[in-house]
Amino acid sequence: MLEALFWIVRRDVTIALRRRTDVFTTLIFFLIVVSLFPLGIGPELDTLRLIAPGVVWVGALLASMLALEQLFLADHRDGTLEQMLLAPQPLPVLVISKVIAHWLITGLPLVIMAPVLGLQYDLSAEALTVMVGSLLLGTPTLSLLGAIGAALTLGLRSGGVLVALLVLPLYIPVLIFGAGAVEATTSGLGGGAHLSMLGAILLAALLGTPLATAAALRVASE
Amino acid sequence: MQNRLINWFKFSSPATFYPLAGRLAPIFRVLAIVLIGIGLYMSFFVAPVDYKQGDGYRIIFIHVPASWMSMFIYLVMAGWSAIGLIFNTRLSAMMAQALAPTGAMFAFVSLWTGSFWGKPMWGTWWVWDARITSELILLFLYLGYMALVGATDDRRRADRAGAILLLVGVVNVPIIYFSVKWWNTLHQGATIRMNGQTSMDETMLLTMLIMALGFWAYSIAAAMVRIRAIILEREAGAIWVRELIGERA
Amino acid sequence: MSSILEKLNMGKYALYVWGSFGVTAACMILEPLLLRSRTARIRHQIARLNRLETNKR
Repeated sequence: MLEALFWIVRRDVTIALRRRTDVFTTLIFFLIVVSLFPLGIGPELDTLRLIAPGVVWVGALLASMLALEQLFLADHRDGTLEQMLLAPQPLPVLVISKVIAHWLITGLPLVIMAPVLGLQYDLSAEALTVMVGSLLLGTPTLSLLGAIGAALTLGLRSGGVLVALLVLPLYIPVLIFGAGAVEATTSGLGGGAHLSMLGAILLAALLGTPLATAAALRVASE
Repeated sequence: MQNRLINWFKFSSPATFYPLAGRLAPIFRVLAIVLIGIGLYMSFFVAPVDYKQGDGYRIIFIHVPASWMSMFIYLVMAGWSAIGLIFNTRLSAMMAQALAPTGAMFAFVSLWTGSFWGKPMWGTWWVWDARITSELILLFLYLGYMALVGATDDRRRADRAGAILLLVGVVNVPIIYFSVKWWNTLHQGATIRMNGQTSMDETMLLTMLIMALGFWAYSIAAAMVRIRAIILEREAGAIWVRELIGERA
Repeated sequence: MSSILEKLNMGKYALYVWGSFGVTAACMILEPLLLRSRTARIRHQIARLNRLETNKR
């Protein structure tokens, strides 16, 4: 079972690395969105420091959603997905491996990039560390929840926009605790409670969402 | 016991449910008109003026029942979805789809009236209060469900995908509400007590309950009429539908 | 009659009370009307399908 998991992750990451533009599109999108806010709001550092956690998190939310539509699409088109449905390994495990690969390709680069963007907003070193931590705990949840949306809209005409409509309301708790952790740190309250909430949500999502995604995949390829 | 079981499932076929819905709809329509009529009369002529909020508080007679309905309908839809996924009945998904627009309408009414209540009471049209924000998210969930079902051409897939989305949504609603509440208490900007009227007058409570029952009857009537439309749409090729329409035309 | 009107005059709350009740009433009247037209449209379509098939025969 674990073998299959590793195999799918390795395969997906290899494919993604061969088409590097996809990875970079997400990153550049994130960079541009986050850089637009100071232009719209004004360059006062006090204001920017205040909005930084929210802006970076909303940027991460939108960026991680960009590639969602592609999550199962290629496998659906070339029939790999059908093989996965028939495979002896339980489908939720295969779903988890697809999600891990998706996170490695889109989530992890965002986490690595975030501190640089935080510097643009004059965040302290402590706040930056908490931000990386919150993204590290939060973005996998985004990928897990997003997979449900991707599976439900698999192959539909208006898939891309629809995914956003379905998934964004579900992202709200992650946004609140993720941005809240950074904010609590800058205001001196400490972000520990927020981070543990993010961790709890991640665990719950890890247990629950693969089942929903697997069910949605079966429905989509009936 | 055996008989009762069979009777239950008899109505899960669209062809047998269609006439039943046709008989139920007028009953609930009349009920809705009567109850809402009484409720309106009571909310304007019987219920006394609130000493703190003046006449403005009369808005809660529609605001609170609309909020209840919007939440309750979502739960009912999720319940039907669970039944549909377990027993594989076509009618359950149609039921959920028949309820969705009414639920979304009540979510919108709840937000609209809440905002019209908030303006004179709090001095602002919109407050990022935990309950208002959750209601807004509930509206988004309704819209997402309707968009997904509308965008899926294959009816069977639309039914099941919609059901999965509703179940995922219903699991998430408490988490969302909790997180929004947490967020709200941390940002002290909008600490406003919603329940200013701690000792609610009995006539006020009664008025609100009658209104709520009227909204219930309205929702059932609307759902029955809509499910008839949905059944006709889906079964347009079936012989019984052809015969039914042929008689009337 | 004038006492009824007096009771319905919500004073400084008129805009808010009538704004809420008005929009709610509009929604709850509009929805049944839309439903009725949807049902009529579907019935019309099915009747037309019926006629087409009987003509073929």
